[in-house]
Amino acid sequence: MTVLAQQLILGVLIGGLYGLAAAGLSLVFGVMRVLNVAHGELIMLGGYGAFWLASLLGIDPFASLVLVIPGSLLLGAVLYWGLFAFVVRAHEETRVKNSLLIGFGLALALHALAVRLWTADERSIPTSYSGAVLAVGDLAIPLVRLATLVLALLLIGALQLLLSRWRWGKAIRATAEDWQAALLTGIDIRRAYLLAFALGTALAGAAGALITVAYSVSPSIGLEWTLKALIVVVLAGLGSMIGTFVGGLVLGVAEAASAATFGGPYREIVGLVIFVVVLTVRPRGLFGR
Amino acid sequence: MLEIGGLEAGYGDVRALSGVTLSIAAGEIVALLGPNGAGKSTLLNCVAGLVRPWAGAIRWDGQDLRALDAHLIVERGVALVPEGRRLFGGMTVQENLELGAFASRAWAGRRTALERVYTLFPVLAERRRTVVQALSGGQQQMVAVGRALMASPRLLMLDEPSLGLAPRLVAAILEALGAINRAGVAVFLVEQNVPAALSLAHRGYLLEGGRIVGEGSGASLMADAHVRRAYLGPLAVRSEDRPYPQGGHK
Repeated sequence: MTVLAQQLILGVLIGGLYGLAAAGLSLVFGVMRVLNVAHGELIMLGGYGAFWLASLLGIDPFASLVLVIPGSLLLGAVLYWGLFAFVVRAHEETRVKNSLLIGFGLALALHALAVRLWTADERSIPTSYSGAVLAVGDLAIPLVRLATLVLALLLIGALQLLLSRWRWGKAIRATAEDWQAALLTGIDIRRAYLLAFALGTALAGAAGALITVAYSVSPSIGLEWTLKALIVVVLAGLGSMIGTFVGGLVLGVAEAASAATFGGPYREIVGLVIFVVVLTVRPRGLFGR
Repeated sequence: MLEIGGLEAGYGDVRALSGVTLSIAAGEIVALLGPNGAGKSTLLNCVAGLVRPWAGAIRWDGQDLRALDAHLIVERGVALVPEGRRLFGGMTVQENLELGAFASRAWAGRRTALERVYTLFPVLAERRRTVVQALSGGQQQMVAVGRALMASPRLLMLDEPSLGLAPRLVAAILEALGAINRAGVAVFLVEQNVPAALSLAHRGYLLEGGRIVGEGSGASLMADAHVRRAYLGPLAVRSEDRPYPQGGHK
């Protein structure tokens, strides 16, 4: 019983990062109807950003978010102008196809770049508080992972606030609901696309930094995180960032439960089962509109 | 104020408008009548910038609108209430209305514009925190008209605002359009409800098969034999009306 409870706690802790990773993908897909399969690679870059800031400049990995987030925001804007601005001019049905091609190309390029810059080795960021644990009865809660969960929730909350209060945040939501109606209200939807993509990349970067401090980063984590994010987006549905976060927690717990019940190898399968079941039974997702 | 000349437009290989020429002066209410598929929505969408015309001119205060993106046309003071309302269903009444004032020309004055819309449609003020999906069709149409008004337009275009509404609500919407017009806004109205549209409009155009086949004052169109036969049903055709001659209708 204790073993199961311990597994479930770890599942919740990584679930927060699944939610954060998925939020960026969900935002970009919801607004632009573009599936960015390089999302995991953007997460990976954020992770290496935090790794570099820690190893070269000695900046605490949590504090490095202050630099990783704006840096990723900028990178997102550049990628949008360079690659995705052309995709959104296409008709909606061709958009997804074109974005898949561009995304795969980008993913391969970023993967190769990461191997070149940081080698294929797995990296993590050791800190003085890395091994700290909060003991609750027989259960141990790793403090670093708990902090990443809290930060993930705060970032999602900040995003939700931005989308509901900021003038351009509302414009992003309006564009996601109906881009033609958005145009008719005077919204420059190209700018809404740019902002959504930049924000999505910033979320990916933040997720990468948190993943690297709580777990580790290597050039090949991209595909795995794109997949997790995609499963969460399908599970939660589009339209609610808090819903996406909850979807991440559900995936984390489901993985932990299946690993504890059926054994470790089944951890990766449960996500795919959820993917298929949700698409068949409730295609708009748990919280989708 | 709005001058359309020789407008040609379509989708793919299918032509929807051929040589459409019409004009709207400041402060006018102009109705655009025609059967389904005549190209009425295409015409409004061309002016709003959602459909790119093949040829012809759309001039607004002498400036060519064809070169502008749709959001910049709103910025110039031309707003469209699209067919089917196209509201942001997941947002509240007030959020929808505020987004209507997104154009930078209108944003600073959005508080006063909001009060104007709530004065025009008091029921929306009561339901300002309601998600628009939960509203009745009539109230949704009020939000759609209100959202376009939030841009403080000088020309308000409406694509079938009465579609699917009960007669009482149609009357309420049309009454509101009259009030909007008296405040100095020109109105360009596409409407299936021909008697209602013509009783409100100063002038009207008939659009059939993508061509303008007739124009006149509201009253003269209302009395016109072809209009009565085509849009008001056989019972509305008076015995003294001669059969409509082929071609040459004016």
